[in-house]
Amino acid sequence: MDLERVNEIVQQHGNDPSFLVQVLLAIQRENHWLPQEALRRVGEKLGAPMSRIRHIATFYKTFSLAPKGRHEVQVCMGTACHVRGAPRILDTVQDDLGIRPGETDPTLKFSLDTVNCLGCCALGPVLVVDGRTHGKLSPAKATEVLRGYE
Amino acid sequence: MPRLHSRREIEELRRQVLSRRDPARTTVSVCSGTGCLACGGAEVVAAFRKELEAQGPRDTPGAIDLRGTGCHGFCERGPIVVIEPGETCYLQVTPADVPEIVARTVQRGEIVDRLLYVDPTTGEKTVRESDIPFYKHQKRLVFGPNRKIDPRSLDDYLAVGGYRALAKALFEMTPEQVIGEVKEAELRGRGGAGFPTGVKWEAARKAAGEPAQRNLAALPRGSAGVRGAVRRPAPNTPPAQKYVVVNCDEGDPGAYMDRSLLEGNPHGVIEGLLIGAYAIGAREGFVYVRQEYPLAVSNLFVALEQAEAHGLLGENILGSGFDFRVHVHRGAGAFVCGEETALLASLEGLAGEPRPRPPYPAVKGLRGRPTNINNVETWANVPLILDMGAAAFASIGAAHSKGTKIFSLVGKIVNTGLVEVPMGISLRDVVFKIGGGIPGGKKFKAMQTGGPSGGCIPESLLDLPVGFDELTRVGSMMGSGGMIVMDETTCMVDVARYFNEFLTEESCGKCVPCREGLRQMHRILTRITLGRGREGDIETLQQLSETAIEASLCALGRTAPNPFLSTLRYFRDEYEAHIRDGRCPALSCKALIAYVIDPALCRACMICLRKCPANAIDGGKDIIHVIDQTKCTKCGACRELCPPRFGAVRAISGEPAPPPIPEERRTIVRGGAAAREGRQHE
Repeated sequence: MDLERVNEIVQQHGNDPSFLVQVLLAIQRENHWLPQEALRRVGEKLGAPMSRIRHIATFYKTFSLAPKGRHEVQVCMGTACHVRGAPRILDTVQDDLGIRPGETDPTLKFSLDTVNCLGCCALGPVLVVDGRTHGKLSPAKATEVLRGYE
Repeated sequence: MPRLHSRREIEELRRQVLSRRDPARTTVSVCSGTGCLACGGAEVVAAFRKELEAQGPRDTPGAIDLRGTGCHGFCERGPIVVIEPGETCYLQVTPADVPEIVARTVQRGEIVDRLLYVDPTTGEKTVRESDIPFYKHQKRLVFGPNRKIDPRSLDDYLAVGGYRALAKALFEMTPEQVIGEVKEAELRGRGGAGFPTGVKWEAARKAAGEPAQRNLAALPRGSAGVRGAVRRPAPNTPPAQKYVVVNCDEGDPGAYMDRSLLEGNPHGVIEGLLIGAYAIGAREGFVYVRQEYPLAVSNLFVALEQAEAHGLLGENILGSGFDFRVHVHRGAGAFVCGEETALLASLEGLAGEPRPRPPYPAVKGLRGRPTNINNVETWANVPLILDMGAAAFASIGAAHSKGTKIFSLVGKIVNTGLVEVPMGISLRDVVFKIGGGIPGGKKFKAMQTGGPSGGCIPESLLDLPVGFDELTRVGSMMGSGGMIVMDETTCMVDVARYFNEFLTEESCGKCVPCREGLRQMHRILTRITLGRGREGDIETLQQLSETAIEASLCALGRTAPNPFLSTLRYFRDEYEAHIRDGRCPALSCKALIAYVIDPALCRACMICLRKCPANAIDGGKDIIHVIDQTKCTKCGACRELCPPRFGAVRAISGEPAPPPIPEERRTIVRGGAAAREGRQHE
């Protein structure tokens, strides 16, 4: 990631250490993960030690310290989806992609994560690929959805 | 945009907005909440735009209003389209339906029958949205404006009486009177614990700290809603002394009413926050919203920008001398941040770990200053109370729970969606009258309320009136308003394990009873669902629960055992069946079930055989299929794919799979008497 851009983001947040979480979120949004050199730059700019930055980067679920695949797959594990069969969807997706939640496949094609509720409970069980929602899934349908991504 | 300098000016603007609106004019409203957008709402809006342009009445341009509104709540049947006048409601509309709707309903006032709501029992069709049973039994006070307004239009909010309550507070009431009104209305916090809001406000108002004063002159102008920008006082202004916070870190899985409120009516939440800030004496406010809610965040930013431009935020609001600014913080994904002290830590740029209370945030909150935190729905109730008056508000609801509550009714229910009901309504009415009962002819088993810290309520208690204290008494709680319906195929041990796993992952790790206790509980519960439960497991779980309740630092740990305790209380037999008989009565726990094909029903159609991902099905054309239990991964695809007219695949538990039928009887002879004879053989 361009470190100049990191400077800008920190600047936009008023160089204020109490906006550390927001700064990291902005980097995550733009870059999809938090590279070490970007974290170091944030630390220098905000006077925050690396221990605190890593504490935050590992505490909150949104942050990733490793690069993500071209397609980000999220399986909703919220309660409504759970009672409608989300665990079976997750099993199928794991088998299809060969990775577990939190992992990215070696070809950087897919990253898999679980989320705790997307608030589309009427469509459950739900799977999101690159922000696009696929609802009312069965294991067989989930496989079909994933096949559609290159 | 005109900046409003007085109460007279905002009323004048409202008059102008209303005078431009003709109730007889055709308005097409398309629900543009997250739920409807996920099933194609945006495409429907685009199709209407195109179609209205193509075949709109050319003589009177702009004669038809097209509006993307906030969430209507009937998510099960989205995208929802409502056409006024007449309130004609079409459900599950696709772009392909749009030309017909425009040609017939918009142009000629006819009804497109096939898009109407059809009663599943009587087959009767309903035209008006409010006559649909799902809506008919609700009382939509807080959530009502959502369907009438475009969340990105201040005009729309003014048209439904927006900011009237704020003007009333600023010009007719002292801060103490505002607090008195909220106390008299007996509003209780909608976020979980149900603490009286007025009492909380009073504590924050009385807490030491200088009263609000005007000194924002040095602030950069026009900065209150710029996307991504951060608004903080210039270095030479003295810091604000008290804070108000909107908690929209709606983390309960299966609950999304806060999102729908903030996303569908952001001005309503801002107005409530402004009134609270005035009452407490705060000049700075924060909205803490999950970053998983991008639409809510972006609609909020638009609303803040509009409010700032109109002088409803910033300095000297409506010329009253009251100053107030709002900052937006996105939550980075931590369930525990819904707890107020954890949320405050997160606002300070730290990991969201709770701290012991007291001191309560009302005394010592953000940056050590008095801070009042309320949930989105609580804030949204405030303008309503001032508008209708405390007495009228308190006349709605039950003895110790006043007003209405929005629930998200989800899970095994026919009508998934957001419902707003008066407190005191029975759970049975919510499930059956509004929710339409359980799909697929299945039997109701339990309703889970209160999120991961709540509990499961069995059928025998369905007549319970909805209220804070009533739900707590039966071992659950109101929580933020999730209602997850479970049917006979939901395993209650697995539900307890599910919530326990959720909380184990979300435990911040600061205190031992929660961090370690929940982990041990999770290990045991998982073992039970895998069929490896032991005698004594239930007792160990009870002990761990007791420790977590007694000794945890915050509400997350103290309430974490609720799902286990409530399922044990009402469904002990399921725990025992798992532990003693290795049987899952709901046929849900993978390790305890097997799928078998009934040879008498199998028609050897090859569908399941071809689709089985594990190649565990043996058979062929006209050869009855058999599942090889050693290969089966229990994905259930075969049961899902077996044509319902055969229904040959079923799950069994607690009994061995029957031996495969002998080879010589596996051939199906098709056609005529021979087949029938063959079938009798089987």
